[in-house]
Amino acid sequence: MASCWGLPEMLCDFPALPNKDMRHMRMWIDDGFRGIVRHFSAQIDAATQPLQWFLNTLENLFTNTPWIVILLAILAVVWLGSRSVKIVIGSIIGMCLIGVFGLWEDTMTTLAMVTVATLIAIILGLPIGIVMARSNRMQSVMTPVLDVMQTMPSFVYLIPVVVIFGIGKVPGVIAVVIYAVPPMIRLTNLGIRLVDKEVIEAADAFGANPRQKLWGVQLPLSLPTIMAGVNQTIMMALAMVVVASMVGVGGLGKNVLQAINNQFFTIGFLNGFALVAIAIIFDRTSQAFGKRLQKHSEVGHD
Amino acid sequence: MTDSTTQSAETRSGVEIRDLYKIFGSNPKRYIDAVKNGMTKTELNDKHNHVLGLQNINLELPPGQISVIMGLSGSGKSTLIRHINGLIMPTAGQILYNGRDVVQMNEQELREFRRHETAMVFQKFALLPHRTVLQNVSYGLDVQGIARSKSEPIARKWIERVGLAGYEDNYPAQLSGGMQQRVGLARALANDADILLMDEAFSALDPLIRMDMQKVLLDLQSELKKTIIFITHDLDEALRLGDKIAILRDGALSQVGTGQQIVLNPANDYIAEFVREVNRGRVIKAETVATPLPEGDAPLPEFKIKGGSTLEKAARRLAEHDQRKATVVARDGRPIGTIDMHTMLTAMVTPATVDDEDAA
Ligand SMILES: Nc1ncnc2c1ncn2[C@@H]1O[C@H](COP(=O)(O)OP(=O)(O)OP(=O)(O)O)[C@@H](O)[C@H]1O
Ligand SMILES: [Mg+2]
Repeated sequence: MASCWGLPEMLCDFPALPNKDMRHMRMWIDDGFRGIVRHFSAQIDAATQPLQWFLNTLENLFTNTPWIVILLAILAVVWLGSRSVKIVIGSIIGMCLIGVFGLWEDTMTTLAMVTVATLIAIILGLPIGIVMARSNRMQSVMTPVLDVMQTMPSFVYLIPVVVIFGIGKVPGVIAVVIYAVPPMIRLTNLGIRLVDKEVIEAADAFGANPRQKLWGVQLPLSLPTIMAGVNQTIMMALAMVVVASMVGVGGLGKNVLQAINNQFFTIGFLNGFALVAIAIIFDRTSQAFGKRLQKHSEVGHD
Repeated sequence: MTDSTTQSAETRSGVEIRDLYKIFGSNPKRYIDAVKNGMTKTELNDKHNHVLGLQNINLELPPGQISVIMGLSGSGKSTLIRHINGLIMPTAGQILYNGRDVVQMNEQELREFRRHETAMVFQKFALLPHRTVLQNVSYGLDVQGIARSKSEPIARKWIERVGLAGYEDNYPAQLSGGMQQRVGLARALANDADILLMDEAFSALDPLIRMDMQKVLLDLQSELKKTIIFITHDLDEALRLGDKIAILRDGALSQVGTGQQIVLNPANDYIAEFVREVNRGRVIKAETVATPLPEGDAPLPEFKIKGGSTLEKAARRLAEHDQRKATVVARDGRPIGTIDMHTMLTAMVTPATVDDEDAA
């Protein structure tokens, strides 16, 4: 009870809806939502089937392949992306420490999950970003939606996701994707909008059609910005896997969650550092790759 | 080369601009009648918040020639040149080429028109930074869907023609401004389009490089005979390049003519102001100020000068050969008049004025 300074009740305590009405409203929405979900449960299952399959396949592949093969594959990707010996050596050290502390398998599970989530985020985010860049109306619709997606506490996503998809890996991935896709969309949109107007005009003047302009000019020129989006998407996906473990996603996140519940200080930090290690490897590699994409804009000496 | 470049000038079509108006703003059609009835640019801007970009433009851009459009910043030069390839559509008027009106073309026709009939060179080069010189020059051909195996030799040829052989695999950012614009020129030429649109193509270059590029363009043009529309705000450049010069002011044509006509007879004070500082020796031709042939068979000076040479050139030749008088001859060698140092010097230093107040 606030002290009312002699003001009438109405202006002192905010006149909220009566409890009864609130309860009715809540039940009406929640029940309605559940009803709809129940009604469509067969379709929802069918729709998530391919995702489930993809996730399982990748996870099996990662966890069942001998570690040395995986390590070499990771190093190959890092090298192809960054062309930097330093980053490769850093990756070796990071991955070996993960292995030494017995976190290899959990890390692979997390890696599979992040890979799937990132791929989906790119597949969804890129076209949405392109559409957004092409239409101002689309941009004014999408911007507030993205704002909500990015500021809504991540735990809140889990509720509708769990109601719709239940507990398990697939809802986890979906929650991660929702959380990680906004930077992909935003930066694709931004990158395309920032392409030099004169260059676009040149493409027009030579008779390029919209498709030729998109693939030949706009996407290549916005690629560095789009890569920054991919980088952020990966980082956000890694951050979200801990939260997603609350709905049954395995891997490092689950260990962290258990450590919190049981106050296992060391386990918590080891798993946390494992996440940090992969994050740094991904981050440095994708950033170096993004830089290499801009190489043509560097001034050379002749 | 397609036959368009080898056809004789008579059978080729130039570009004809008819009754062109362009109003920028949210509802241009609404004000077109008022503008046609004489509403001024200022009034349209102040009262109705629309910009009058171009008004009542009627202009012929002859085939095989360089037409220069000149004017101060904001006079509507870029707007006008962009109408020719439909990058900007007019509020009213026609752009005719080969009997077709660019304004009436649908999107597909317009794309085809841009791919095959026009090419453009830009002030800030507008090269594709992620493509090499070779790939930039073949861009127009790529857009046309021509296979690399065919487009590459064409691109290489033009790179060589603009003097960039050896730079095929460089990226634009690795080249100097002058070299970048050579790429821009090669890219436009590789298209083998009849109409070449150049919007302040050399304005971003420093003076020496700029003269270089003007020479490159003139050399190429003497062979290719394209229909070139060249924009500049520099009178010297206009006089050097233009077979025909059109001067724009506030979106309207102020004077159209050859360089000589404009320098010798500026249509108004605005243009007189423009041409005052010009080096007349580089514009006026010997034949213009030559004294007509004397009656009868009076002996002519033995030294000969071509009628088309500028006074500056003619004077230099006379000086070099230590002569005082010369016979001016036409292209076929027929004498058309005589000229002496004194006449030439007088013509070179007389300032241009509308009503010739200095002479009075
Ligand atoms: N999209 C547009 N919307 C409104 N006004 C415009 C637009 N484009 C051009 N204008 C106006 O039309 C007039 C002519 O512009 P334009 O760019 O053709 O001038 P310019 O002669 O090319 O000048 P510069 O030498 O600076 O390039 C200017 O007053 C300009 O502000
Ligand atoms: Mg301009």
